[in-house]
Amino acid sequence: MIETLRVGVARGLIEFRHTLTNAQDMWGYLFPSVALLATLFFMDDARVPGTTFSLGASALPSSIGMLVALGGLITIAQYLVVDREDGTLLRAKATPNGMSGYLIGKVVGVGVMTLASVLIVLVPGLFLVDGLRLDLGGFLTLLWLLPLAIVATVPIGASIGSAFDNPRSFGIVMLPMFGLVAISGIFYPITAMPGWLQGIAQIFPIYWLGLGMRSVFLPDALASVELAGSWRHLETFGVLAVWAVLGLALAPALLRRMARRESGSAVAARRRRALTTIGR
Amino acid sequence: MAGALDAGTQVPPGERVIDVRDLRMRYGAKDVLTGVSFAARRGEVLVLLGPNGAGKTTTIEILEGFRMRSSGEVSVLGADPAGAGEAWRARLGVVLQSWRDHGKWRVRELLGHLGSYYRRYSTDGKARPWPVDDLLEVVGLTAAADTRVLRLSGGQRRRLDVAIGIVGRPEVLFLDEPTVGFDPEARRDFHDLVHRLTDVDDTAILLTTHDLDEAEKLADRILILAGGRIIADGSADELSRQVAGESEIRWTRDGRRFVHSAANPTPFVRELLLQHGDDVTELEVRRNSLEDTYMRVVHDFEGGSK
Repeated sequence: MIETLRVGVARGLIEFRHTLTNAQDMWGYLFPSVALLATLFFMDDARVPGTTFSLGASALPSSIGMLVALGGLITIAQYLVVDREDGTLLRAKATPNGMSGYLIGKVVGVGVMTLASVLIVLVPGLFLVDGLRLDLGGFLTLLWLLPLAIVATVPIGASIGSAFDNPRSFGIVMLPMFGLVAISGIFYPITAMPGWLQGIAQIFPIYWLGLGMRSVFLPDALASVELAGSWRHLETFGVLAVWAVLGLALAPALLRRMARRESGSAVAARRRRALTTIGR
Repeated sequence: MAGALDAGTQVPPGERVIDVRDLRMRYGAKDVLTGVSFAARRGEVLVLLGPNGAGKTTTIEILEGFRMRSSGEVSVLGADPAGAGEAWRARLGVVLQSWRDHGKWRVRELLGHLGSYYRRYSTDGKARPWPVDDLLEVVGLTAAADTRVLRLSGGQRRRLDVAIGIVGRPEVLFLDEPTVGFDPEARRDFHDLVHRLTDVDDTAILLTTHDLDEAEKLADRILILAGGRIIADGSADELSRQVAGESEIRWTRDGRRFVHSAANPTPFVRELLLQHGDDVTELEVRRNSLEDTYMRVVHDFEGGSK
């Protein structure tokens, strides 16, 4: 088990290193950062409704919560779909303990990639907006919030990924995901939304991760503009924990089912289909 | 013909590293395998031939543990592939038809990483994994060691697939059309590698190919799969003798070229030489090639089943 963990971690770090050495992946890191920073820049004069606090400064931690959530939900799902099509997953299946090593590698790799994309947004962002602070209490919050974020999103993301065997149909997932971002109070306070949308947003982890990150980086006085006028740590923990339990209950069975179905002819069939799609 | 060649009887039960009896596979209403039986011993190269769609890949995938069978008994290295664990997997090598995985990885990096999964299965008798630099040398990829996998040529990619298949120094190796895309030199290198694996490591190898020349060169035993079962099982020599084929006799006399077919060429040639003596030049007697045998066996089978 220790050995599998070691090999899996090594795998994750190698895959992370690969993302730093090609233009496409670098763009993947930089694009959200540039887009977010541009958004924050234009929000400069806007204030959080009912306060004199900069809306951009409030949106920065929210965006970090969003990046963490999307990293766990989308990135890992995309990797699974692509790796299934090109045979990486089958290769893992043909290797002793390869499936465990692969999954550990994915969690480590996506974790480090998400961390990198957060830093790329956070560091220049801090120069752009005023009013953010990180004290001991906020740091302690991060200590439980980040691991919980990973456990709450990665198994769900893996379950989503296991349901698709064609990267070109993955758009079906992206659209509702962006819709969810829009109603989750990331770029504009959720209090401005109609009640029923607030209800929907509060089911999913994106809102809670945004809220959690705001509680880490914003002055406590800003809690007054949140729903219920509080950072609601207990509820954040509760909702994320429910997602974690759900994901951990669902993912192993779905991943096993996906792995069981992998075979050379399955990969070859997907490859033929991919070629005909491109040919059209 | 199949009755005379009761599959598997040539390998004593104690020596079987692959043992397949009455393997059946059905997809929906379609029977793909209808009772496949054969066996292999250590250090033996079995070549599985057969028309497209005969069930070669299905058979190999069942033996690899990638596919559940409908019925029959299958044992590979003493375990049922359907439920065997990771320690069993570590003694197996797999080279499938098409891989395009790990494109961003460098060749040496990938072999080193995949090899590390086998480290804990290293034994006194068998050090695992194969040291990366030796392995690169063996498959002829030393010069490409730092190339990204997606930049490899088709033939190099296939060599890498073979290298990954043997990085754990397997006791049983499955190769599904390993030499597709190889130039003649790479093919020769691959044949040397197969001999090395069977001679030095005592690896049992089951491979499929459409290249009958290759099959003749590599195979200790040839299995012909058609219509969902093994219709012939034996060395290339045995098979050609069992097919009641005719030998071809060619000669030149008075500047003219003659061709004659005879079931038994000896009396014909004796008569020919008695009559014409030294006037006969460029005399050739050719028995069935594996290609002839294969065509005949498959054709007879298809004719018989219609």
